[in-house]
Amino acid sequence: MNEETNGAAPALLEVEDLAVHFPITRGVFRGRTVGHVYAVDGVSLTVRRGETYGLVGESGCGKSTLGRAILKLTEPTRGRVRFDGEDIAGLKGEELRRRRRRFQMVFQDPMSSLDPRQSVESLLSEGLEAHGLSKGPEADRHRLRELVDAVGLPKGALRRYPHEFSGGQRQRIGIARALCVEPDLIVADEPVSALDVSVQAQVLNLLSRLQRELGLTYLVIAHDLAVVRHVSDRVGVMYLGGIVEEAPSAALYADPQHPYTRALLSAVPLPDPEAEDRRERILLAGDLPSPAAPPRGCRFHTRCPWKQAERCDTERPELRGLEGAAPGHRVACHWAEEIRDGRIRPHHVDADMVDSASGAAANLAVGAPEHASSVQEILGR
Amino acid sequence: MTSLLERRRRRVDELAEASGRSLTADAFQRLRRNPVAIVGAVLVGLFVLVSILAPWLAPHDAATAFPELQRTLRPDSIPGAQPGFPLGSDQNGRDFFSRMILASRQTLLVGVLATLIGLVFGVLIGALAGAFGGWVDTVLMRVTDVLLSIPSLLLAISIAALAAKPSQTTVIIAVALVSVPVFARLLRGSMLAQRESDHVLAATSLGVRRRAIVLRHMLPNAMGPVIVQATLTLATSILDAAALSFLGLGDGDPARAEWGLMLANAQSYLDVRAALAFWPAIAIILVALGFTLLGEALREALDPKGRR
Repeated sequence: MNEETNGAAPALLEVEDLAVHFPITRGVFRGRTVGHVYAVDGVSLTVRRGETYGLVGESGCGKSTLGRAILKLTEPTRGRVRFDGEDIAGLKGEELRRRRRRFQMVFQDPMSSLDPRQSVESLLSEGLEAHGLSKGPEADRHRLRELVDAVGLPKGALRRYPHEFSGGQRQRIGIARALCVEPDLIVADEPVSALDVSVQAQVLNLLSRLQRELGLTYLVIAHDLAVVRHVSDRVGVMYLGGIVEEAPSAALYADPQHPYTRALLSAVPLPDPEAEDRRERILLAGDLPSPAAPPRGCRFHTRCPWKQAERCDTERPELRGLEGAAPGHRVACHWAEEIRDGRIRPHHVDADMVDSASGAAANLAVGAPEHASSVQEILGR
Repeated sequence: MTSLLERRRRRVDELAEASGRSLTADAFQRLRRNPVAIVGAVLVGLFVLVSILAPWLAPHDAATAFPELQRTLRPDSIPGAQPGFPLGSDQNGRDFFSRMILASRQTLLVGVLATLIGLVFGVLIGALAGAFGGWVDTVLMRVTDVLLSIPSLLLAISIAALAAKPSQTTVIIAVALVSVPVFARLLRGSMLAQRESDHVLAATSLGVRRRAIVLRHMLPNAMGPVIVQATLTLATSILDAAALSFLGLGDGDPARAEWGLMLANAQSYLDVRAALAFWPAIAIILVALGFTLLGEALREALDPKGRR
C-alpha cells in the first residue's frame, strides 16, 4: 500500500472542521445538558482517491467517533464532509441510504458486527438487495462465491454461520460484506486490533491486495503505530479530538515534528539493543485529559515537555506547513520551528501540576477518562 | 490404500460442502441433551396428546349422569372406583375419569389461546416501542407500566369481572391481557439492546433499509427471551385460568368439564371424597410444571453465554 501517490490525485473525501459533541445530561425526565464531551472538535482532512490515510491516536482521542461521523453513523455537530464533491453531512433518510453504497466500513470486533443468526450468504447478499445490485439468485450466488474466494475464505463458507469461523476469518467476512456493494471508500476502524498478531499481517495484506486490484481508497483508524505505518500513504495523529500532525507516512516516522508525535514514536521499542540504549525517550506525565473538559489553548499543553509560557495555554494552534519539511507535512504547534532547531529545550512536567490544572474541570467531567493508561497501549508494540 | 485416501479426500470435501449449523439448530441440540427439558417435554407432550385424543380416550360423556353411579350417591358418600368408572363418580353422578380427560382440552385451549393473544399483542407493542423509540416508546411503556403495577391475578379478576356474562372467552381475554405488558417490556428491552449493537450499526452502514434491519436483524435476535417467557406464560395462564374458574369468574355451567371449576366444586365435598379435589389439582400442577421446566431448559439452551 505504500506505493507513491502523486499529489495530483483528486480528493475523494474532504472533511472540513468536523465536530462531534455528545451532550452530558442530568435529570430523570427531560435531562438538562450540563456539558459536552468534545469527542471530535474541529477536524479537517483530505483523503485522495486511491490512497490510504492512517489515523492514529490513543484510545479515547476520538478517532473512532471521527470515522463514524464521516460515514454519518454518528450525527456530526458541525462541519462538512464532502464525498466525491458532494456534501454528505446534511444528507438524511433514503438519499443517505442510497449513497452508502459508495462508502463502507470495516468494524473492529468481527464477532459482534456480524448478525449471529444470518448465514454468511444472507449477510453478504443483503448489501446487494439493499442497493438493487441483485441479478437473480444464480448470478448472485456466483458473484458471492467469487467474493468469498477473493477474501480468502474456504469454499462452502457461504452456507455457514459467523460463530463457526475464527477471528481472522470473521474479519474477512466483514471485509467481503463491505466489498460486495463495490464501494470507493472503506473506513476501517481498528481492522486488526481484535486479531492475533500472526493473523493481523494476513488481514492487512489482504486489504492492500484488494486496494491494488479494485482501486479502493482507505481510511484506516488504529492505535497501533506499526499497523498504521505498514498500511498508510499518509498519517494523521490525533490527540483529544483534533489532528496535531499530518504527514506522508515516511516523513512522519522519520521526522516527527509535534511534541506528542515525538513522545509516541520515542516510546516504540527498537529492535537494535544498542540503538535502544542510545535513543532519547520522552515520557509524558499525567493522563489524557477528559474530553468533557479539554484544556484551553493547545490540547496538549498540560503534558507537553516543550510548553512555553506564551500562546500554548491560550491559543489553539492550527495545522500548518513548516519551512524545510516534506511537502504535505503539517503540524499544529506554535513552536514547531523552535523545537525542531533545538532553540527550545524540553523541561520536566510535573504530573501533579497537570492534575490540579484539570482538577477544576473534573467536577464537570463524567468521570475519569476511559483508559487512564492508554499510552501504555501504544507503547505495546 | 488408494481407496482409503480416496475416502478421506471425499470426506474432507463433504465437510467443506456441508452447510453450517444455525444458532437455532444449535440451541435445539443443547435442548435435546438436557434432562430437565426431556422431563418437561414428556409432561407437556402427554398433556397435549391426551387433550387431542380426549374424545377417544374418555369412556363416557362428560355431562351425562349415570344411574348406576347415582344409585349409591348420597350427600355424605360419593361412590369410588367401580367397573367401567376407574375414578368413580363426581358429586353429580357423572364419570369422574372421563371428565378429567375431557377437561384437559379446555385447559390447553385456554392456555394456548391466552398465551398466543398475549404474545401477539405484546410483541407488537414491544417491537414498535423498541424500533421507534422516542415518544412512541414513552407512551407505550407508560401504559404497560400501569398494567404491570397491578398484581396479575387481581388484574385478571378485574377484567373478567367487567364482563356482563362470565364465559370461556372472557377468561381467555383476561388472562391474555395480563401477559401483554410482560411480553411488551421484555421485547422492548432486548430490542433496545439490539439497536445499540454493532451488527445493527454494520447493517445501517451497509445501507440496509430501516424496515429490513428491524425485521431481519433486531427482531430475530431479540426474540429469545420472549420465546422463553411464552413457555413460562403457558404455565401461568393455565394457573390463572384455573384460578378464575375456581373463583367463579369462568363459565359457570356445571356440566362443563374444566379442572379449575372441578376443583372449586370439589371444595364442598373435601370430607366426603378428597379425590375430587386431588386429581384436578395434580393435573394442573403437573401441566404447569411441565411448561415451566421446558421454559427453563429453553432459557438455558438459548443463553448466548457458553457459546462463541
